[in-house]
Amino acid sequence: MSLVDIASLPLMRRSFDWKPLWNGLFGTRLNTALTGLTLAFLVWLVPPLARWLVLDATWTGTAQDCAAASGACWAFVTAKLRFILFAFYPQDLQWRPAAALLLLLSLLVVTAQPRFWRRELLIAWLLVIGLCWALLTGTLTGSPVSSNQWGGLPVTLLVWSVCFGLSIPLAVLLALARRSKMGGLRTLAVLFIELMRGTPMVAILYVAMLILPMAIPGGQFVDKTVRAILMITLFWSAYVAEVVRGGLQTIPHGQEEAAKALGLGYWRTMQLIVLPQALRQVIPGMVNLAIGFLLATSLLAVIGIFDLLNAARASTTDPKWLGFYDEAYLVAGVIYFLFCFGGSRYSRWLETRLRAPHH
Amino acid sequence: MVTTEIEPGRERPGLLSRLVGWWGPRPFIQLAVFVAVVALFWLLGANVADTMRRIGVTPGFGFLERSANFEIGESVIAFKAGDLYIWAILAGLINTVKVAVLGCVLATVLGVALGVAGLSGNLLLATLVRWYVELIRNTPLLLQLFFWIALAKSFPPPRQALSAFDALFLSNRGVFLPGIIVDGFSGRTLLLLVAIALSCGLYLYAVYRRRRLRFGTGLAATLVLLAAAGAAFPVTGATLSLDMPMLGGFNIRGGYSLTPEFAALLAGLTVKFSAAIAEIVRAGIQSVSRGQWEAARALGLHPGQIMRLVVLPQALRVITPLITSSYLDLTKDSSLAVAIGYPDLVSIINTTANTTGQSFEALAILIGIYLALNLSVSALMNVYNRRVALRGDGSR
Repeated sequence: MSLVDIASLPLMRRSFDWKPLWNGLFGTRLNTALTGLTLAFLVWLVPPLARWLVLDATWTGTAQDCAAASGACWAFVTAKLRFILFAFYPQDLQWRPAAALLLLLSLLVVTAQPRFWRRELLIAWLLVIGLCWALLTGTLTGSPVSSNQWGGLPVTLLVWSVCFGLSIPLAVLLALARRSKMGGLRTLAVLFIELMRGTPMVAILYVAMLILPMAIPGGQFVDKTVRAILMITLFWSAYVAEVVRGGLQTIPHGQEEAAKALGLGYWRTMQLIVLPQALRQVIPGMVNLAIGFLLATSLLAVIGIFDLLNAARASTTDPKWLGFYDEAYLVAGVIYFLFCFGGSRYSRWLETRLRAPHH
Repeated sequence: MVTTEIEPGRERPGLLSRLVGWWGPRPFIQLAVFVAVVALFWLLGANVADTMRRIGVTPGFGFLERSANFEIGESVIAFKAGDLYIWAILAGLINTVKVAVLGCVLATVLGVALGVAGLSGNLLLATLVRWYVELIRNTPLLLQLFFWIALAKSFPPPRQALSAFDALFLSNRGVFLPGIIVDGFSGRTLLLLVAIALSCGLYLYAVYRRRRLRFGTGLAATLVLLAAAGAAFPVTGATLSLDMPMLGGFNIRGGYSLTPEFAALLAGLTVKFSAAIAEIVRAGIQSVSRGQWEAARALGLHPGQIMRLVVLPQALRVITPLITSSYLDLTKDSSLAVAIGYPDLVSIINTTANTTGQSFEALAILIGIYLALNLSVSALMNVYNRRVALRGDGSR
């Protein structure tokens, strides 16, 4: 006969188990000391931060009200949020970039769900990007807006999705060339990939700004944003190619030999056998790459395109609201953080889901 | 009877057939692609040369020998307006190397500390480190640099500078740290220092070869080295003195000063890459399986020994290649200096391109330098990886 173990009763088990938490904080003498030090650091850090963020902050009013208070100026954010999101796009036409933003975001949400991964999704992307471009330029609705006036979050997301999307097919070709038995093509692919990966993105953007107008006949008439998109696509394709190559390396050689034995040619083998498996392997890696690329689009500010970050910076030079750097960068930072943190969590979720055997 | 031994496959193929084998299948299509690529670049290059001639610029690198009529905000080598372009570019390169090397060192120190703190087993500290890493990793470096430069410019003027222990001053003119002044440094001092360093290094290497290197030996050798180096100065008549920054008049004098731009760039790169390195260190140490820890503990090693003798040697194999690529990324990302006004290589190249109109040559120099840097580090990395792989697992 045994007594009922009280702790194993379902009712009791529901209470929170404090032991790991206690051990994690005060388990050893070293742990206790570390907890004390960390708490001291937090006590030093958190109250001034909270005062600045909330207690001493100015929520409504003008720049003068903000200057009088010592905290953050949220009145600045309410006044300039629209500028940070859409920059110099004409005020009365800002429904167009807003609609483009909404379209891109909803398509991103749809793309994130594996059950929608079909051929139609690719067509949807082409359509949406074309539509966004048309919305921004105003070819469908009239009253055209030149790309010099585009700005803010829609530009960041549009450049990001167009460049990343275009770089994938290019990267697949590069990765296949780098692994092919043809020495000439292999050399070209290696040269291109190493050249791009060894160069900072800023230099690539300067090439887009300074060299392309000279190198392409009539290049000085090509739009600055288009030139940047062209060079960024080439630049990113080298990085994507290395990830794709990693995926190709995981496919056992027997797969290719079996396909050859069945009488499939090179392209059919790649298209039907190797690439579907390899690309599936690299999806989480691609998501991580995409996050890095979204952060890298902020470099557009260096060549004077008003992406999200540059718009945030420009918002601090408004004579009416001069010099609220911290608030502007905080808003831009929060937007980038939401996208990238969400993306990295999604990547982790996707990895476990794709590894699950029933898929 | 004479038998001649014939070994199959002993005959080595000639150079031509090896070349053909390397070039591989479909030789003519490949050749066509090759020619097409070369022709494309030829066409683009001809267009560039045409445009340059039309706007009155002679293509070529002759401009390097002309004098550059701009000032450089800060430079290690002396540079003033009127010096040659080639010296301006060299000054920019040295500035890039300076910030990259310091950034790598500081990011490693901070990153390793954070990585170890994340694994310390203390829940509060680990949570704090994880949030730090997430926050830094998920916001753009350029945004962080904008923040740092705004911060550096918003410090009070020198007279009201924020100071810590009267040794560190933060002002809108820059950051001031204590410096070391060496007086009467001569060739003899240098010679003596080199001799001391060499003999210590040789001794340690000899001990290391016999696999007798212990932590205590290393510590003792370092102490002896420091003491001998300290003694070398008075013996040869050189003096070392600490130069503390002092508030004098309207500025801070003495000490070692960092301009706001340099301080902001260094802080930005250090913080951004410390997060990356913390993640690498954490992943590297966690890649060593628990069984290794348990086996080492069963052998009676204490925690310090387990870390040093069992875990770190295996973790380093994962960590080193990743950290090297982090260093390369840091060096490439130091090019963002151009956005906050630190005169690094990219910034000087940009000014050169604008003032001479020779943007093609200037960018070719820029890309060439970065490429040489990257490829040489990758080559060294490959050598290292091969060594580690050989020593690690000879059976495969």
